[in-house]
Amino acid sequence: MPKLEIDGRQIEVRDGATVMDAANALGIAIPHFCYHKKLSIAANCRMCLVQVEKAPKPMPACATPVVEGMKVFTESEYARTAQKSVMEFLLINHPLDCPICDQGGECQLQDLAVGYGKSASRYREEKRVVFHKNIGPLVSMEEMSRCIHCTRCVRFGQEIAGVMELGMMGRGEHAEIVSFVGRSVDSELSGNMIDLCPVGALTSKPFRYGARTWELARRKSVSPHDSLGSNLIVQVMANKVMRVLPLENEELNECWLSDRDRFSYQGLNAADRLTQPMLKIDGKWREANWQEALAAVAKGLKNVRTQHGPETLGALAAPHSTLEELYLLGKLMRGIGSQNIDFRLRQMDFSADAKRTGAPWLGMKVADISRLDRVLVVGSFLRMDHPLVASRMRQAAKRGQQVNLIHATDDDLLMTVVNKAIVPPQALPDMLAQVVKAVAELKQKPVPAPLAGIGVGDAAKNIAASLNTGANTGVFLGNLAGQHPQAAQLQLLAQELAGLLGAGVGFFGEAANSVGGYLAQAVPGAGGLNAAAMLAAPRKAYVLLNTEPELDCNDPRAAIKAMHATEFVISLSAYKGYALEYANVMLPIAPFTETSGTFINAEGRMQSFNGVVRPLGDARPAWKVLRVLGNLLGIKGFDYDSSEQVRDEIARPDEVAAKLDNRLSGIALQIPPAAVAGLQRVADVPIYFSDAIVRRSAALQQTSAAALPRAWMHAALLDKLGLKAGQAVKVRQGDGEAVVNAARDDRLPLGCVRLAAGHPATRDLGPMAGDISVEPQ
Amino acid sequence: MLDYGPDAILMKGLDGSNWRLKDYEARGGYDALKKILRENIAPEAVIAEVKKSGLRGRGGAGFPAGLKWSFMPKQYAGAKYLVCNTDEGEPGTFKDRDIIRYNPHMLIEGMLIGAYATGAGVGYNYIHGEIWAEYELFERALDEAHAAGYLGKNILGTDFSFELHAFHGYGAYVCGEETGLLESVEGKKGQPRFKPPFPASYGLYGKPTTINNTETFAAVPWIINHGGDAFLALGRPNNGGTKIFSVSGHVNRPGNYEVRLGTPFAKLLEMAGGMRGGKRIKAVIPGGSSAPVIPGEIMMQTDLDFDCVAKAGSMLGSGAVIVMDETTCMVRALERLSYFYFEESCGQCTPCREGTGWMYRVVHRIEHGKGRQEDLDLLSNVADNIAGRTICALGDAAAGPVKSFVKHFREEFQYHIDHKRCMVNVPGGYFTVSNPSAGRAA
Repeated sequence: MPKLEIDGRQIEVRDGATVMDAANALGIAIPHFCYHKKLSIAANCRMCLVQVEKAPKPMPACATPVVEGMKVFTESEYARTAQKSVMEFLLINHPLDCPICDQGGECQLQDLAVGYGKSASRYREEKRVVFHKNIGPLVSMEEMSRCIHCTRCVRFGQEIAGVMELGMMGRGEHAEIVSFVGRSVDSELSGNMIDLCPVGALTSKPFRYGARTWELARRKSVSPHDSLGSNLIVQVMANKVMRVLPLENEELNECWLSDRDRFSYQGLNAADRLTQPMLKIDGKWREANWQEALAAVAKGLKNVRTQHGPETLGALAAPHSTLEELYLLGKLMRGIGSQNIDFRLRQMDFSADAKRTGAPWLGMKVADISRLDRVLVVGSFLRMDHPLVASRMRQAAKRGQQVNLIHATDDDLLMTVVNKAIVPPQALPDMLAQVVKAVAELKQKPVPAPLAGIGVGDAAKNIAASLNTGANTGVFLGNLAGQHPQAAQLQLLAQELAGLLGAGVGFFGEAANSVGGYLAQAVPGAGGLNAAAMLAAPRKAYVLLNTEPELDCNDPRAAIKAMHATEFVISLSAYKGYALEYANVMLPIAPFTETSGTFINAEGRMQSFNGVVRPLGDARPAWKVLRVLGNLLGIKGFDYDSSEQVRDEIARPDEVAAKLDNRLSGIALQIPPAAVAGLQRVADVPIYFSDAIVRRSAALQQTSAAALPRAWMHAALLDKLGLKAGQAVKVRQGDGEAVVNAARDDRLPLGCVRLAAGHPATRDLGPMAGDISVEPQ
Repeated sequence: MLDYGPDAILMKGLDGSNWRLKDYEARGGYDALKKILRENIAPEAVIAEVKKSGLRGRGGAGFPAGLKWSFMPKQYAGAKYLVCNTDEGEPGTFKDRDIIRYNPHMLIEGMLIGAYATGAGVGYNYIHGEIWAEYELFERALDEAHAAGYLGKNILGTDFSFELHAFHGYGAYVCGEETGLLESVEGKKGQPRFKPPFPASYGLYGKPTTINNTETFAAVPWIINHGGDAFLALGRPNNGGTKIFSVSGHVNRPGNYEVRLGTPFAKLLEMAGGMRGGKRIKAVIPGGSSAPVIPGEIMMQTDLDFDCVAKAGSMLGSGAVIVMDETTCMVRALERLSYFYFEESCGQCTPCREGTGWMYRVVHRIEHGKGRQEDLDLLSNVADNIAGRTICALGDAAAGPVKSFVKHFREEFQYHIDHKRCMVNVPGGYFTVSNPSAGRAA
């Protein structure tokens, strides 16, 4: 613990700390560009040069380790001269285009130039010109002459995103940041490079020339997409969301955002945004006022209830809805006598319902993941489903965390995965059971009776050996596990395994309110139907909240059939979408930026937010719509003045923890056979098709991750079926079919076809798991 | 017979073809290694002998070799590396090439002793990317040494093992910087690392590593054979032994000369046949292009050792002596030098990346008759702002010539600015003829 003195102030720092660390601890600002607390030290910008007593030359604060008794001067004449000379060098080739630069007003170079630059340049030679590049729809490299070569973007790729998509090519003045042979930058975290870039070299393409930064209001919000609940700063001008930036929260998103969180805002003002209540009368849509529309809804629901009984009413809600919306929808349905409500639209296996002791959750804090030394991930498209959790594990893996994976696909996680078991989807329970058995044998504990007959393979033994040596282990079930036909069995096995290991166990969770939906009781009550059952046995009326069933449901074909077969569909949505085809009433509700609300993330953190802009057109916050509807239907207890009042009725933040529990009781372990006849479907939900907002973000839809779904198969399977990669094929599930291109992925297990769900191209197909056939078109 | 001068000890008895193992052994080669292994001399004792010899790094910095070896952690469990820097890119320097093409086994033996002393198990010789024949020859020498049991496992039947590889470089000047070289060996872009940590604690692949220049290693067998004291006695206190000087420029017999440290420059000039055409000596760069230039009359009074040259205002560097006669335009000479550093800056850190181009452009303008009155102060100031503020010494190397040329030959630069043409006007000289519109003479 060396002590040092900076600018006359003393401080003691940890061993190995740098002068920059010490200065930060003292609150002394040392100018810098290349230094970033989350990245490795490069010491290349030289802006942080300081005077160190007895040193023969100025030292970079970021790279100089503190030595006992060191005396540092950050503002002495000597230090200032060095800093100013570096600033002069940085500026000589920097274009003087601040007036048209998007970074203007939030530019580190501009800010520091005020303090360290001269009013006029001594450099009167020609300035360097660096050719622009195109690296995709998100990050603009249009003005690379602005680059100061700090390599933050390069280090971000190498260290945080896990893939070096940008590098510095060339020497000296010819050095420039380029992507590898002109490829696009496809990382799901690429937008962070924009934040990291201290100048206007990397800027946001969707935001480009949209506004000057000082015209923007900064408002806090919470991401409505994945279950992390990333904290956002939403920047607003003239009642329009112009840009989204991370709000630093070390316990959740740190200082990062996934591209989905960052660029989805484009979808908020999509062309098919619903801004006026609409009624379908005699097969034709017409705009209505709220009074008419709500009256029509109340009348419609009452009619169906009277004619067919309340049990013929059903409600489907997206898990991206707010806590208050989900709660009021459930309360409304119960108020009119129906227990048919569900928000778990992509779930297949509901056998755990009524067997739970609490809401399924992550089983630990998000930040705890960083401290685990052993991890088992079961059935997760980790990078695409939970980009920042993946990043957190990537950092932990570098520090020695052993990551093990049981999954049906072998996408590159861009981190060291010590053991992998890639098996067909139906074999996931068997593989997990093998690991349970192997661990039980290692621990010399009794093997659960139903696992007695299971043979343990090498893959399971290796995973067990890794897990068995951990002191702090986590077992996580991903989206594929949660959507699996035997999800409850997987959960039981994970619970069993965690018990043997003394490990934490939980679900990563699919969406912003995957935990909140349970607390809001947006699940079927006694005798009620779950999401799958409501579609399998079509209801006479549906209330849809924030959802496009043909894309959000596990079995889109069943959803479409049900919607078309029913008498009365009410769509509460921010978008028209496919509801135009089958709904009777469309009520324009506010997306998360236009309403107050709450998300409860995977770790059970209750995060409430306010609307950042006024609702577009005649759209209204859904909680208000549901409140009025409750009143119109004569249901008691719908007199809320604020969304906070609704939230407090559900749970206070400190009451959430007690309601979380992953344990199941009263379900027996029954491991299905690993081998089945016929091809099985593996379905991921592509990262930019996860919900209605992100599906409408123009920029995200241009990324390579948003490419048309293809039927991915192992080469041997392609051969067996007489298919070639690239050829159009007809894919069938039951009576549903779709035409897509075949593609080859030899990392897939034999016997399965990977075909994305949640995409319009596959909405005529059946469930996300189960039998599938492929034939030449 | 190759003649490196009467004092030569390293390059003695070479004729250009007697580089093979049998020739080297006939000259007493590998005796030093055998002596160490036979007498079981402790590594510490080897280091002590090298320290005693006053052997200073021959690559340019002149750091005491024995001291550098002693920085290697002794009780280190993992791999340790020994690296030889034959990335001889310094303009004016061509001595290491001679060592590996005429006496490669002396280097191999020197590295073996270095490995023994520092506990390194694997070594690399990073050979300049622009010399291919020498690289191939060195590979053949390695094969010979392997076959004879001097390299590999259990050398000469002892417990000592050392594997040595030749590594053909990629041609960038900056790869001659020791940490840039390490990056390059690792297969990365040759960019220097910031220090600390130094290679002795975090070197090649993050392991403790000693890096020395070719000539430094080559001197080690002689030191072991004859004792550190004898080596030291060849030179002067703190400046032990002989040194190979690469003499180039306006002399009658440019080439490599091995002389004792402390030999007067005038003597070396005489060995090189004196000034070409009997012209007057104008200036000398005594230690490779990075060393500050010294006016001829001062240089003629200076002895060639690290301390004397430093006292004269320059540095001995790699021992590349560039001699310029009165026909040389110093503006044009500096233009060429500053262009070199502008081209060779790795671009990693700001002062060097930006400053080298700035300096070159200003000198280029002055040379081409577009100089401004404020340019000379500007040049010195820009050079000051680069020196000492960069990650590696390339920044200092780029600043040194600019500062010294302007300091010692300011009137020539001023003349260029004032008259838009050259002060020097000797037929056949290295200068600009008259005004730039008339075109170039040379």
